[in-house]
Amino acid sequence: MSDSIIGAGPKRIDGQRKVTGEAPYAADHHPDNMAYGYGVFSTIASGTITGLDLEAARQSPGVIDIFHHNHFPELHRTPSSMAQGNKVEETRLPFEDNRVHYEGQFVALVVADTFDNARAAARKVGVSYQRDDAIANLDQGVKAHGTKPGSGNHERGDAEGNFDGAAHSIDVTYTTPVETHNPMEMHASVASWEGDRLSIFESSQGVVQQRGALSKIFGIPPSHIRVESPFIGSGFGSKLWMWPHAVAASVAARETGRPVQLVVPRPQMFTTTGHRPETRQRMRLATDDNGRLVSLRHESINTTSFTDQYVETCGSVTQSLYSCPNLTVSHETTRVNRGTPTSMRAPGAAPGLFALESAIDEMALAAGVDPLEFRLNNYADRDESQDLDFSSNHIREATEKAAEKFGWHDRNPEVGSMRDGHEIVGYGMAACNWEAIKRECEARVSLRADGTAYVTCATQDIGTGTYTIIAQTVSDITGLGLEKITVRLGDTSYPNGPISGGSWTTATTLPAVAAATREAIKELKGYATSEKGDFADVDNDSDSLVFENGQLTHDGQGVNYVDVLKGQKLASADGHAHTQGADDRYSYRSFGAHFVEVRWDPGISNLRVSRVVSAIDVGRVINSLTARNQVEGAIVMGLGMAHFEATDYDARNGRPVNNNYAEYVVPVHADQPPEVDVILLDYPDLEFNEFGARGIGEIGITGMAAAVANAVYHATGKRIRDLPIFKEKLMENIPAVQSA
Amino acid sequence: MRAFELESVEAIDQAVSHRRVHDGEAFIAGGTTLLDLVKLDVMQPEKVVDVTRLPLKRIETLEDGRLKIGALVSNTELAKHEIVLRDYPVLSEALLSGASTGLRNMASTGGNVMQRTRCPYFRDPDMPCNKREPGTGCSALDGINRNHAVLGTSEHCIATHPSDMCVGMVAAGATLVLEGPDGQREVAFEDYHLLPGDHPEREHDLKPGELITHVILDTPRGGGQHYLKLRDRASYEFALASCAAIVSLDGDNVSEVRVALGGVATKPWRATAAEEALKGQPATQENFERAADAAFTDAVAYSHNGYKITLGKQAIARALRDATARARA
Ligand SMILES: Cc1cc2nc3c(=O)[nH]c(=O)nc-3n(C[C@H](O)[C@H](O)[C@H](O)COP(=O)(O)OP(=O)(O)OC[C@H]3O[C@@H](n4cnc5c(N)ncnc54)[C@H](O)[C@@H]3O)c2cc1C
Ligand code: SF4
Repeated sequence: MSDSIIGAGPKRIDGQRKVTGEAPYAADHHPDNMAYGYGVFSTIASGTITGLDLEAARQSPGVIDIFHHNHFPELHRTPSSMAQGNKVEETRLPFEDNRVHYEGQFVALVVADTFDNARAAARKVGVSYQRDDAIANLDQGVKAHGTKPGSGNHERGDAEGNFDGAAHSIDVTYTTPVETHNPMEMHASVASWEGDRLSIFESSQGVVQQRGALSKIFGIPPSHIRVESPFIGSGFGSKLWMWPHAVAASVAARETGRPVQLVVPRPQMFTTTGHRPETRQRMRLATDDNGRLVSLRHESINTTSFTDQYVETCGSVTQSLYSCPNLTVSHETTRVNRGTPTSMRAPGAAPGLFALESAIDEMALAAGVDPLEFRLNNYADRDESQDLDFSSNHIREATEKAAEKFGWHDRNPEVGSMRDGHEIVGYGMAACNWEAIKRECEARVSLRADGTAYVTCATQDIGTGTYTIIAQTVSDITGLGLEKITVRLGDTSYPNGPISGGSWTTATTLPAVAAATREAIKELKGYATSEKGDFADVDNDSDSLVFENGQLTHDGQGVNYVDVLKGQKLASADGHAHTQGADDRYSYRSFGAHFVEVRWDPGISNLRVSRVVSAIDVGRVINSLTARNQVEGAIVMGLGMAHFEATDYDARNGRPVNNNYAEYVVPVHADQPPEVDVILLDYPDLEFNEFGARGIGEIGITGMAAAVANAVYHATGKRIRDLPIFKEKLMENIPAVQSA
Repeated sequence: MRAFELESVEAIDQAVSHRRVHDGEAFIAGGTTLLDLVKLDVMQPEKVVDVTRLPLKRIETLEDGRLKIGALVSNTELAKHEIVLRDYPVLSEALLSGASTGLRNMASTGGNVMQRTRCPYFRDPDMPCNKREPGTGCSALDGINRNHAVLGTSEHCIATHPSDMCVGMVAAGATLVLEGPDGQREVAFEDYHLLPGDHPEREHDLKPGELITHVILDTPRGGGQHYLKLRDRASYEFALASCAAIVSLDGDNVSEVRVALGGVATKPWRATAAEEALKGQPATQENFERAADAAFTDAVAYSHNGYKITLGKQAIARALRDATARARA
């Protein structure tokens, strides 16, 4: 493998199509005779639909049909198994019955000839309810019906027994609010049927899983369903699994006999397409006299829906990041009247490391140790939770390198001691961590007689650069320029690929693409060494027959592969590969550390993150440009988590009130820290796969919120344990409430 | 969203022949408030009168030195106009702190004066709201009110007026020119927006069919000027608290001062108590803070917005400090 293109930073090969608007997104598809669906959504969070008044809507111009729980075909639920390839997060089907489990749930679907007519008619549907008291938040859930055990628990040693007598200890509770993914592109489906064959364009991070789920729901073979998602305006996890709108659109198309487009409106992107759930995490840590952890308990409760059990595995990292003989991680859930939560970038770890890495800061201070020192003293050298070595772990180097570059050693540890004009400067740090996963994958590569290569795989590029790194892989092996390589993704008619999630796309797809490329070369060699071939007297798998830079060479004699194919009037040499998931010889994880500088201006209660230095150890970097972009983007998203993001539910009725892009605050350009320095260590993890790459999409957000909170503590002396860090939590002299 | 009839008008008298405007019908300029609320079903005009072709796009200096701004001048144009930049920098800064470039390009001067509150319950037709549906109650009082007002509130409504531009205009001093079916009249800018009181649905002194044709800014006040907007993120967000300050000095003493507030009040708010506390006093930090305190004597804190009293005071003290520094420069 030559080093030239793997690790280089070529620009996205799909970039031009995107910026010119040529790239088709789901709702850009307008098949002939297409009709439009628009939802009617519940305005209560809990209760029963007692009546539907459809008269006015039916009279509305252009209306074709109106679906609801009394007018919807009987379907089946999917078993929702990821292993079977049919997972969804919300297993209840739309319009299954008259129950309302959350505000913003589909209660009817109007189909009309135009979008405007569908929307206008949807507003005319009258719904009456029998309203039940809504369980609006985690506290109310726990109070009403307690908790239910979750998964991902872990126990070793005796954490409780080693807590009380320890030299230093802390017992603190952190909370994180609901965050909503809010990708720019709204969820959208365009469904059409031909006989009993369904074709659907979807903004999806997992076309194969969606096909499987639709197959179970409609009771038709997967081969009769085609799901396409060649481009998506991001998803952050909300588009991993199919949501009710896709089922509704498919039914509407089948029943009306017309293709139907259904776009989820922005307010319902807060209700019916998942969210990161609310969490409450109790952290109990203790150390000995030397500041070594002797007891660590991470007990988390998260909200889930009344329809499904979703566990936010906040303690997933806690099990293995630090060395500690006595450790308990537990997850529980409580039901609230919200839609079903789902994975959001670094599920579990993002809220979990806010708690863990804040607690480590608090523990270090309690033990009288510098937080950097404390971590270096306590980082685990092997995965104690699985009793395995790490395949490759450079967290100490990452921490030290970033600390050096950041200037941690110039930090005056005294709270509020570092000033610059009327601003108080705070330094904080946190470790970051994410699991490395590799899944089963298929891919197909054709070396074509026109001198190009054609690659297909039913994975997706969710904006991260998958198209580009797959082309780099083929280029690396064949020597073809990137402009000669066509990559097609996001279509279930291609060989099965993974969901774009878990940061596993790179580690999963590249080995399959590489293997398929080598298979194609092998087929080509077969042609070249056949009777009619240029190397008829050479053995098919002879080591001396090499493929390099588009040429087959043997004994100094080279033939362009195009001539091999043309000589035999063949269109292409094809390779198909099916590669397997990771083994369990090692614990495979990625590591890193964030260092953050905040500035607090107490005169105007203004908090800004002014500097971030992060060092990340994710194995081999395949594309330096897109890799850096992932970490920088995740850092900014982490700042949003620290500072701004929270879906506000009215405690009286469970309705999200800031359900739009103006009031749900995410960072804008002006919030970018003036300095963001990302160091990519770039140590290949060859135990993991031949490329040594572990994946980089999620790790950057983990630990960010804690690093900010720790810096805020250093600046202000205020320990914020409840995200987000709104300014009023840092302000002094806030007048008491004067009214009820 | 419901369908509406759209009519374009070419002349002012044609525009003001629609006596049902503001009551069943609506003018549309940039549409950035109106269409948003129509799509949410909060505003449901049967007919929309497009005024964008009216000849109200000029900015001109009157003989008496005041600046006359057509109601259709965009927020961007107004902010970048050389006379505004030179003589009314506080207004330019206020405009540029608002919304986004795209919105400012669309937004008109008249539409900005008329923009509606961002109270989330107002924007949700399924929730009680006295402003949207008089007599149904105020959901914000006991609901989520972190973004709501602490000044000028009533037990019937605590929503803020969200405009930045209007705060700059209150500080600069201005008059609105209105043209209606029954002729033309002028209203002092400060008297135009109404306190919610018992009738939060009445937001301004505009009679059915009346059109804002112009805003006339007072003759330039000179002095040092500054608009400071405090919020969560650094851009593209409504103010949690903002202050427009104009300070003129006589030696080290404040000779003239204007203070207006945004984000904390139910209307663009002139802080006369702050002005009185500071006028004639030495321009010191201590006096700025005293003036700031005076502005919030009557403030009322609700469940999530008490911090705005503190934040509003900070906005005043800092804006006064920076305006004073400019006055000295
Ligand atoms: C996402 C977002 C963020 C924003 N952020 C800010 C911000 O930070 N700060 C800020 O100040 N503003 C902000 N705005 C509000 C924006 O400034 C207003 O929407 C804009 O100024 C309205 O002007 P328009 O011309 O588009 O009004 P339109 O929507 O056309 O009209 C608004 C109202 O005024 C009436 N009207 C229009 N012209 C006249 C006239 N000449 N006479 C009488 N009535 C008239 C209309 O009938 C309508 O009721 C934001 C808006 C959005 C959507
Ligand atoms: S504050 Fe005003 S606008 Fe908001 S709900 Fe109450 S009455 Fe309506």
